[in-house]
Amino acid sequence: MKNTAFLNRSELIAVAILAVLILVVLPMSLDGFRLNLVGKYLTYAFVALGLVMCWGFGGILSLGQGIFFGLGGYCMAMFLKLEASSVENTKIQSTPGIPDFMDWNQITSLPWFWEPFKSLPATMLLVVGVPVLLAFILGFAMFTRRVGGTYFAIITQAIAAILTILIIGQQGYTGGINGITDLRTLNGWDIRTDDAKFILYFVSAGLLFACILIAYFVKHSKLGRILVAMRDKEDRVRFSGYNVSNFKIFVFCLAAAFAGIGGAMFTLQVGFMSPSFVGIVPSIEMVIYAAVGGRLSILGAIYGTLLVNWAKTAFSESFPELWLLGLGGLFIAVVLAFPNGLAGIYTSYAEPFIRKLMNKKPDILPGGNIPQGSPAE
Amino acid sequence: MNPPATPGVISDQMAPDFLLAVEGLTVSFDGFKAVNDLSFYVDEREIRVIVGPNGAGKTTVLDLICGKTRATSGSIKFRNRELTKMNEAKIVQAGIGRKFQTPSIYDDLTVFENLEISYPKGRSVFGALAFKRDAAVTERVQEVAEMIFLQDRLHERAEFLSHGQKQWLEIGMLLIQDPDLLMLDEPVAGMSVSERVKTAELLNKIIANRSIIVIEHDMKFVEDIAHRVTVLHQGKVLSEGSMDHVKHDPKVVEVYLGH
Repeated sequence: MKNTAFLNRSELIAVAILAVLILVVLPMSLDGFRLNLVGKYLTYAFVALGLVMCWGFGGILSLGQGIFFGLGGYCMAMFLKLEASSVENTKIQSTPGIPDFMDWNQITSLPWFWEPFKSLPATMLLVVGVPVLLAFILGFAMFTRRVGGTYFAIITQAIAAILTILIIGQQGYTGGINGITDLRTLNGWDIRTDDAKFILYFVSAGLLFACILIAYFVKHSKLGRILVAMRDKEDRVRFSGYNVSNFKIFVFCLAAAFAGIGGAMFTLQVGFMSPSFVGIVPSIEMVIYAAVGGRLSILGAIYGTLLVNWAKTAFSESFPELWLLGLGGLFIAVVLAFPNGLAGIYTSYAEPFIRKLMNKKPDILPGGNIPQGSPAE
Repeated sequence: MNPPATPGVISDQMAPDFLLAVEGLTVSFDGFKAVNDLSFYVDEREIRVIVGPNGAGKTTVLDLICGKTRATSGSIKFRNRELTKMNEAKIVQAGIGRKFQTPSIYDDLTVFENLEISYPKGRSVFGALAFKRDAAVTERVQEVAEMIFLQDRLHERAEFLSHGQKQWLEIGMLLIQDPDLLMLDEPVAGMSVSERVKTAELLNKIIANRSIIVIEHDMKFVEDIAHRVTVLHQGKVLSEGSMDHVKHDPKVVEVYLGH
């Protein structure tokens, strides 16, 4: 019966360990600059977490999660930009009170879709709402037509490219290739100070843990088991009386919601948003985080994100040209040798050892394994 | 049991007698008619076996009934409800269960979870989120597990079952839905002799209050279970009746032995 519990004992311990690491160890051992970097990595972890739900459990590989990360980030950036573009701050412009890049592009009034971002509650709603709405439309269009697998992955990738081109092309409305920069305050609170960054790190971590708990809740509900069943034998689920596409739409929307929250926290901590976080390359990088951590493991995705990003920072400080090759190599190595990533290494090597120490019999881990050699399906 | 000449008129009068009425069913794949103007009727509580040479359209008929394949023309009425326009999930909810030819189970889940997913409750997205594994569910899963001889393996991952046990598990997954019509595609294929005997026993146990359509090649098994046999050939009914009648039908002998 313990499968239906919200968190079982070993999961509770694992979450607690991660919480101690993120909330206590890292803030105490890192300086402000490094901690802010970790905070930025944690925002990618939201996306990786969504990918575990959608790709790991549901078997739906999206190569376009940057879309949702970007949309969440842009929503937040639009709010912050409007606040930074008060009439007072922009009185040298020909049209004061609108964002500077609009003024440079001869736009004289605020476009309609910027209006909701004058309000913080509306913005917070849209940070989740816009990505979920787009995911719903995409999911509805594709899953009800039974588009899946590689075709779905390619289409999400194409949409990531389209969205990037759209943002860059509509410079007057979106800030173009530079993105939305020079963000200052959130409801009057200066987000550029070290103190603010310190607080935002904890807000980000807190939200991440909330999302982790939601992920566990879904995993342990019957819906989680249906996702695994669908990944395995989609037709059997369909002919057991389920509308399979609805479940796919749900998990895709859930992943989009996580990514949107991550994007908003990214904007707050990094202080700008640009199309370079929306397109194909970041989307694929985010899939690599989940793959390295283990796409079947909720916590593995978080560790994977932190580790790959830490490696990225460390390597690109010393060998900037080699990093992309290294990342590609890492991905290939993981797919070939460890299809279940770090979490897979942990469950096959470390866990038996720990169990031996504690003298316990292994649990049955439903949905914990996947046939090797089919990681992209 | 003469199929009515004018389906529209007769089905109104006679449909209550039949659980399933297939009339003028045709499906063509790029011009090839896999099922061609097929009509047959299944009574309540009947075990019907469909036999026929390879490519006769047996599996396609099941695909058409459960909605996996869409008919080009014709009608399939289940308790007077037209199935050809319903989606797969609705057809299942109307009371039709279908077992696939190769065992179609969820390898990554336990036997218990396999059965639980088929339990007809919490089938919508939010229903599944709110689904609670209550006593009724556990009891029903236990009950079905006993019928399919798997009560001791409930908490094992399904991938570790033997081939025959996987077939039983899939039958169990259908049973737990308590369908009025159960369609089995070669349920004893690949089973050992003792497993076949147990499967026949299982089928005889589960026919109470439901009808079954079975596709099978094993003639010994067919004789054991069939009430009536339908012989398909090139997408059409070649012969229909008791096993004895069908065995001695010259047309059947011709198709099976003639070429």
